[in-house]
Amino acid sequence: MGEYFASLSLAGLTGRIPAGIAQGIIWGIMALGVYITYRLLDIADLSVDGTFSTGAAVTVMLILAGHNPWLAMTAAFFAGLLAGVVTGLLHTMLGIPPILSGILTQYALYSVNLAIMGFKANTAISVDRYALVLSSRYVNSAILTGGILVLTIIALLYWYFGTEAGAALRATGCNAVMSKAQGININVCKVIGLSLSNGLVALSGGLFAQYSGFADVNSGRGAIVIGLAAVIIGEVAGEALLGKRLNFAMRLLFVVVGGIIYYLVYTLVLWLKLDSNLMKLFTAVIVAIFLAVPYLRKQSRSSFRLAARLARKGEKQDAQA
Amino acid sequence: MLRLENVHKTFDPGTINEKHALTGIDLSLSEGDFVTVIGGNGAGKSTLLNAVAGLWPIDCGRIIIDGQDVTGLPDFKRAAFIGRVFQDPMTGTAASMQIEENLALAARRGKRRTLKWRITAKERKSFREKLKLLELGLEDRMSAKTGLLSGGQRQALTLLMATLIKPKLLLLDEHTAALDPKTAQKVLAATERIISEDGLTALMVTHNMRDAILHGNRLIMMNEGNIILDIRGEQKRGLTVEDLLHKFEEISGEQFASDKAILG
Repeated sequence: MGEYFASLSLAGLTGRIPAGIAQGIIWGIMALGVYITYRLLDIADLSVDGTFSTGAAVTVMLILAGHNPWLAMTAAFFAGLLAGVVTGLLHTMLGIPPILSGILTQYALYSVNLAIMGFKANTAISVDRYALVLSSRYVNSAILTGGILVLTIIALLYWYFGTEAGAALRATGCNAVMSKAQGININVCKVIGLSLSNGLVALSGGLFAQYSGFADVNSGRGAIVIGLAAVIIGEVAGEALLGKRLNFAMRLLFVVVGGIIYYLVYTLVLWLKLDSNLMKLFTAVIVAIFLAVPYLRKQSRSSFRLAARLARKGEKQDAQA
Repeated sequence: MLRLENVHKTFDPGTINEKHALTGIDLSLSEGDFVTVIGGNGAGKSTLLNAVAGLWPIDCGRIIIDGQDVTGLPDFKRAAFIGRVFQDPMTGTAASMQIEENLALAARRGKRRTLKWRITAKERKSFREKLKLLELGLEDRMSAKTGLLSGGQRQALTLLMATLIKPKLLLLDEHTAALDPKTAQKVLAATERIISEDGLTALMVTHNMRDAILHGNRLIMMNEGNIILDIRGEQKRGLTVEDLLHKFEEISGEQFASDKAILG
């Protein structure tokens, strides 16, 4: 035991914090996409597991082909938009439930992503040979670039969801019947939302590939869970720190903060020399707990078990009286 | 303003639950008609309103609003002509959005939703004035989420949203049934005021026979998916609840099965 603690160095932890922040920012962009579908549209969209890798694949292949990294990321964004449209149309035009639509897209994207990468599961890209937007080699500049990018995205999202079209999208997720009565085409809104969400996820995938120096066909596996974790952790943190002042812009910001917190915890787990393969289990448990809290809270106020206990108590008191 | 020609609708055809809900409805409303709709449970009152609103396609017949055939249009397209208030107060507003955001959504009913900012300062001012007329104090809480409002407040807000852009037709589906009697009267009074001020054409379904007699210039009674009674003008003014019950038994050959209607 003593040996274990002796092997942990505080400097080792502080040294890793910037990398955690950089990764958190990159995944925060992905989480913003998840926020659009999960919170605004009330759809759990599983296509993101596929589009994250799509973004990585498109970005890396285009950069390798000699294109500008920013152009490559724009292309990745559009590829994500397209994948989101597919999920949206499967749901709205063919009547497939949204979760299944997402799973179908994700499944199909595995082949598509492999095809983009020339049927190789992993393609490396070196920051020494290409002018990448960011890289894990230069963590501080990655934080700066990622930070500016994420703030720009938040500003654009804040603007869009404040417009007539964006408000219609939010109304669609909140109350479909009311939206239709107000003349909103909810199917169009759902497709736009899913598309925008997947565009952001692909962009995040493209950044992550540059950061880590390779595109992997499996890099998006479980992305939805990490995205949900970031959204939920961000909400809890935001509500705790800001309470009623948590407006829409701050909500978006705290989604990214949630991503950063997630990756700092991840860094801590690695520092404690816990097996990083257990991180998925750990994440799933955390997300399950947070998702369950509202339900359990309700149960603690009113449940059949509680009613039975109160009834027994009443009986006893009656007997005593 | 509204014309229905031989409208039929059968739900779950070919199954054990098959229900012929509308059986060849013919109905014509002139501009400014305020029609109350009564009838027993399952008579087809709400189905009639839903057919007009376009929740689902009808099986046969035609629906014409202000000279335009809307039979082939889905609900969100007909929304350009129609304002709706629902029975459930939760249905009419977006709970997680502000009062003024809800009104701004309604102010663009039937219009293209662009990338312009969702609400203008001028609109905010006019919303405030219109909310004031409801006398519920909502004009001072315009940035509050509608989820925080009471059922009555939400119904009044929905009513305002439905009429913010003058609809060619206002559909009220038992919109006071879920409210306590006092709140119901308040919402009904607001309904009456808005309809008469704007000269709206309206269809109002109600369970309450007294309200049906008291409001509007015309009353229709439905039974088994069709209109069995259509009373208007002078004739309607002299009606009593007893008259209606008597007429119902006379025409349908059954007893009116709703205690609520008799007691109301």
